[in-house]
Amino acid sequence: MGRIEFMDANAAIAEAAVVAGLGFYAGYPITPSSEVPERLSKIAPEKGIPFIMMEDEIASINACVGAAASGVKAMTCTSGPGLSLKQEAFGMACMFEVPLVVVDVMRGGPSTGLPTRPSQGDIMQARWGTHGDHPVIAVAPCNAQEAVFETIRAFNMAEKFRQPVYILTDGSLSHLHTKVYIPDPEEVEVIDRQPPEVEPDEYYPYDYNYEIPPLAPWWTKDGKSYRYHLSSLVHDKTGFPTVVPKYVQWLETRMMNKIMNHLDEILKYEYYKMDDAETCVIAFGSTAEAVRVAIDEAREQGIKVGMFRPLTIWPSPEAQIKDIASKVKNIIVAEMNLGQYVLEVQRIVAGQTPVYNIAQMTGTLIRPSQILEKIKDPSKKVELIMSEEEIKRFGGGE
Amino acid sequence: MAVDYMKYLRTEKLPLYWCPGCGDGIVLKCYIEAIDELGWSKDDCAMVSGIGCAARVTGYVDFHTLHTIHGRAIAVAVGVKMANPDKHVFVFGGDGDIVHIGGNHLLHAARRNIDITVVLINNWIYGMTGGQHSCTTPPGAKASTAPRGSYEPTIDVCKMAIGAGAGYVARGFAGDPKRLTKLIKEGLDYKGFSLIEVFSPCPINFGRRNKLGDPAKLMDYMKSFLVSSAKAKKMSEEELKGKFVTGVLHKDESKPELTASYKQLVEKAQASDEFWAKYATGRLTDADRYKISREELKGLYPYDVETPLKEWKKL
Ligand SMILES: Cc1ncc(C[n+]2csc(CCOP(=O)(O)OP(=O)(O)O)c2C)c(N)n1
Ligand code: SF4
Repeated sequence: MGRIEFMDANAAIAEAAVVAGLGFYAGYPITPSSEVPERLSKIAPEKGIPFIMMEDEIASINACVGAAASGVKAMTCTSGPGLSLKQEAFGMACMFEVPLVVVDVMRGGPSTGLPTRPSQGDIMQARWGTHGDHPVIAVAPCNAQEAVFETIRAFNMAEKFRQPVYILTDGSLSHLHTKVYIPDPEEVEVIDRQPPEVEPDEYYPYDYNYEIPPLAPWWTKDGKSYRYHLSSLVHDKTGFPTVVPKYVQWLETRMMNKIMNHLDEILKYEYYKMDDAETCVIAFGSTAEAVRVAIDEAREQGIKVGMFRPLTIWPSPEAQIKDIASKVKNIIVAEMNLGQYVLEVQRIVAGQTPVYNIAQMTGTLIRPSQILEKIKDPSKKVELIMSEEEIKRFGGGE
Repeated sequence: MAVDYMKYLRTEKLPLYWCPGCGDGIVLKCYIEAIDELGWSKDDCAMVSGIGCAARVTGYVDFHTLHTIHGRAIAVAVGVKMANPDKHVFVFGGDGDIVHIGGNHLLHAARRNIDITVVLINNWIYGMTGGQHSCTTPPGAKASTAPRGSYEPTIDVCKMAIGAGAGYVARGFAGDPKRLTKLIKEGLDYKGFSLIEVFSPCPINFGRRNKLGDPAKLMDYMKSFLVSSAKAKKMSEEELKGKFVTGVLHKDESKPELTASYKQLVEKAQASDEFWAKYATGRLTDADRYKISREELKGLYPYDVETPLKEWKKL
């Protein structure tokens, strides 16, 4: 039996990571993500989990890659500017194919941007931040409770697919305190990396016989020691650098395929009142909660509208979005940036259905009233800036 | 007793990547001798390197090895060590890698005195990328990015590491392998952060460009910058200007080691009343502690407990 506590999504993610079997945390503080390490600094020693605050974001993720390679489950947490710093090592984690969880509590950018305000500005950074070709898995919970389950799922997917996984939240969700249920590890499925079946001297970390080769922990509980080499250079089955075109192509395509061939295990999404919808609002994270309110109101007024909410943002739920496009008259993408995820939706919809966008980058949440306005007339430009009256009510006018 | 070098090498990966006359191979030999003398099992050793000629070493040694990204080897090694405090963790790399781009990690690993041994090949140049000047290129020396001679001051890595708090700091020379083996061995054996800077020739990218192409000539030139610690004691500051002292430069047996300190913290946390209440005895039930029952939560969208659990199980 788990336990119930009053906490924000940052703390929830920290607690959930422990449930998922966290074995190492390294990070560097940045608003609005710092409550993750703050909570962990308290509970990690109680559980004997190594916790360290490193000298910067680059060091943090690199330390995580080292710990993850050696055999433990590692996590780091950051926000926009920190994520930019982590990109090179994120690519290394992809290239090594080590499990890793990277939490990004999104804030407004570019640069130092809006440290204390929410935004959904890292959608494209998460997908395309590194150089070269590799898959990305990113999940976006919409409330603290979901953050718990998505965190456990992120760890599981990381282990299963030998792949770093992003958890994308935002500055609003991360600081909103709610009642949260933290399950016991026995209540949920906790996946560990697949151990090799062969003896250490027959083991290859990138064995050509597998789509996802087993990743041996360096030191097993029964005393076996798997010594092997991982290189950030393109490598052959032994992990040693290679430039042989055949092996380069094999590695690169396999890295994509190991994710794209398992979409049914990775994709997660929610349809909200979509059965008879003529308009579909696509939203994720805390924006989706405002959309939900707007849809309920619109339904009361007799408007046939629903929501499609991807919990897995990357890889894209392409088939699902295509299917929606074939059934509805309008698609509206609501996001707290100047239009990032809409690009992906437009790509997938490919002109079949008009795609509209509420793209607000004001450092404030998109309000249900704005979404409702857009639902009523998707082609209308919705006034995003607060009215004088609203500024009086909410403050922050200057 | 003769050392069986092949025991420590991935012989199927030979020949080595390095140019003839490169000092990296000598340092590797000394390094293997040091480990062999310590009698450590290969299974207990993990080696991390960044990017550069020297960093290629991880491909050849038969330990747990990570060939990571430029400048970050120490940071990666910190993660390995924190997660596996009872294993031996080492870093091997060049001056560009460890000092120039990776300097911040060097400083902080030294400050933390985490039990990692760093063997730093200082060949005064960026070897792999074609001889650009680094933070250790002697002023006036030519490099591909300093065709008229470098105009930048250099850094004394050992002094920097001592200043930052490293427990063990030594400087050796590839031209004096017997002593180098000893220095590396002492560093490996030290419980804390140890740095062994090794002056080592790059005849191809430093020697050739500075008309010291012959590896032996380059060794002699490097040696002209070196003074043994015994000799240095008798020299004035003026005489020591532009010179680098070799030998053990600093050793602090009293400084606490980082993973040991964390272990103490864990013990303290697990000995607290709070820990015993929470994890060990189960004296307090969750209902006592939070005063919210599962029943109360039901129907509270979206923080309803049963639904997410059911949803979760469906995955
Ligand atoms: C982020 C990044 N910047 C630059 C490089 C290019 N690069 C590869 S090796 C190297 C320098 C290596 O020099 P050093 O560490 O002195 O080692 P050496 O080759 O001399 O042994 C550089 C700059 C890189 N790989 N990654
Ligand atoms: S370029 Fe210089 S450092 Fe690199 S292998 Fe050749 S001699 Fe050694």
